Amino acid sequence: MSFSAEAAGPLPYGRGSVRSRARQQAFLRFAPALGPLLLLTACAGPQQSALNPGGPEAGRINVLWWVFFAVLSAIFIAVMAMLLWSLTRRHRGLEQEPLEQAHIPTGETEHRLVRTVAGATIATVLILFGLLIASVVTGKAIARLGENGKPLTIELQGNQWWWYVRYLNDSPQRIVVTANEIHIPVGRPVQIRGTSQDVIHSFWVPGLNGKRDLIPSHVTTVWIQADQPGRFRGQCAEFCGLQHAHMVLWVVAEPEDQFEGWMDRQRSPSIQPVDPDKVQGYHVFMNNACVFCHNIAGTTAHGQVAPDLTHLASRFTIAAGTLPNTKGNLGGWILDPQNVKPGNHMATINLNPADVQPLLDYLESLQ
Amino acid sequence: MRTIAVVALCLAAAACSRETRNLRPAPTRLALYGSAAAESTLRPGGAPAAPPVENPSYGNAYDISEGQRLYNWYNCSGCHFNGGGGIGPPLIKQEWIYGGEPANLFDTIVKGRPNGMPTWGGRIPENQVWQIVAFVRSMNQEQPQSATPKRLDTIEPNPQMIHNKVAGVTK
Repeated sequence: MSFSAEAAGPLPYGRGSVRSRARQQAFLRFAPALGPLLLLTACAGPQQSALNPGGPEAGRINVLWWVFFAVLSAIFIAVMAMLLWSLTRRHRGLEQEPLEQAHIPTGETEHRLVRTVAGATIATVLILFGLLIASVVTGKAIARLGENGKPLTIELQGNQWWWYVRYLNDSPQRIVVTANEIHIPVGRPVQIRGTSQDVIHSFWVPGLNGKRDLIPSHVTTVWIQADQPGRFRGQCAEFCGLQHAHMVLWVVAEPEDQFEGWMDRQRSPSIQPVDPDKVQGYHVFMNNACVFCHNIAGTTAHGQVAPDLTHLASRFTIAAGTLPNTKGNLGGWILDPQNVKPGNHMATINLNPADVQPLLDYLESLQ
Repeated sequence: MRTIAVVALCLAAAACSRETRNLRPAPTRLALYGSAAAESTLRPGGAPAAPPVENPSYGNAYDISEGQRLYNWYNCSGCHFNGGGGIGPPLIKQEWIYGGEPANLFDTIVKGRPNGMPTWGGRIPENQVWQIVAFVRSMNQEQPQSATPKRLDTIEPNPQMIHNKVAGVTK
């Protein structure tokens, strides 16, 4: 690539000019920086990645993604190569022509132009149709995947800013209500029937399927299936207010027998504590604003507007995945929820310092 | 000319306290009142009269909408419904038994009243009581119209209807 100036001194425009040389040098200097952008595909870790599929639906989406990536990268490289080539092509006497005269192409140039543009247009249309067909085929394949096996139905309600989860069952005593953490058996299709209590949220667990909006007054369905045990992280994917960023959902896939064990534990109500420390904690819970909003099966706390706490200690995160479920985090969350999730609807109550540890002991006993 | 415009813009922006959100009130405002809400301004021993109590949530749109949410979450609507009353007296009225000023409403909520009004003091933080008071006043058109919500923030207030719809009982 030589760009020696032939006229007397470099011109401010045209081939070999100072500006075009500077532009080419700048491009070459920054081109290697584009490579690491590919690492963005691993954003949010392997537990929340569409490129780390855990089931058949996500597997199809993953394949489609790579098809798009390959085709579009090839086009990108071709276009960039043509750009670079055109920058180094010799012009035919442009610097000798005064700019006021119209640049009338010859017949041969005209034909070349028409052929190139027509060829590029036809190629573009064909590629776009190909990608469209790939998309539609994937979409139809995903929609059909739920029809085999013994499906499990889960009701999911988006709230500001937590997830209400209810396992539907024909016999009412087998219904399980929990929050923010879904357990599913490996290898079985699971139907999520979703709605919202207030604004539009969106259920998105990229390791298992695409996004599905949760719209108030409507029920939307999506099928997920995990083929391997593991934990899949999901997030709310539709801006829903101040704490949209802290509305995380965990899907835990486990073998069928472990899943049934978990369901049995979740069905059992809480046991009245006998240890005096925990009894004091129980009374702290009942005598404060906690009872207005939360539900603990087996007690008189029947609030329905906040996450179910009957089995709080069996979950591994609190505050919709914002904090790991440890005693310290639970204490910090209860004493100052607005510090963790400013704007969320949990009341800030002033607890007597002597009541804090008993309350935490009681809540930790809610396995 | 430009200086005047800039100064006027700054003054206008500084006046917008209607939309301020005080998400972390000072700990004194989170206190739980037992029966410490004063009903009389008289004080024994010649102490100066307590200053008239003002509603700190007056005119604040966020507080009034929080009051609307708490009115439902703490089940005020269970007895008072949406202001029209039912089991309890209506809250949209001119004749208040125990007074309709913000201080009186605060008293009523914190201390409870005979014939069925529970004592909420000791359960609800003080700043939330003021938010509910602001909402009740807004139902009576005592709050600036610019800060008053016009409808419920949720679209479907009946949770059982949602469960039925999801389970496929109703469309």
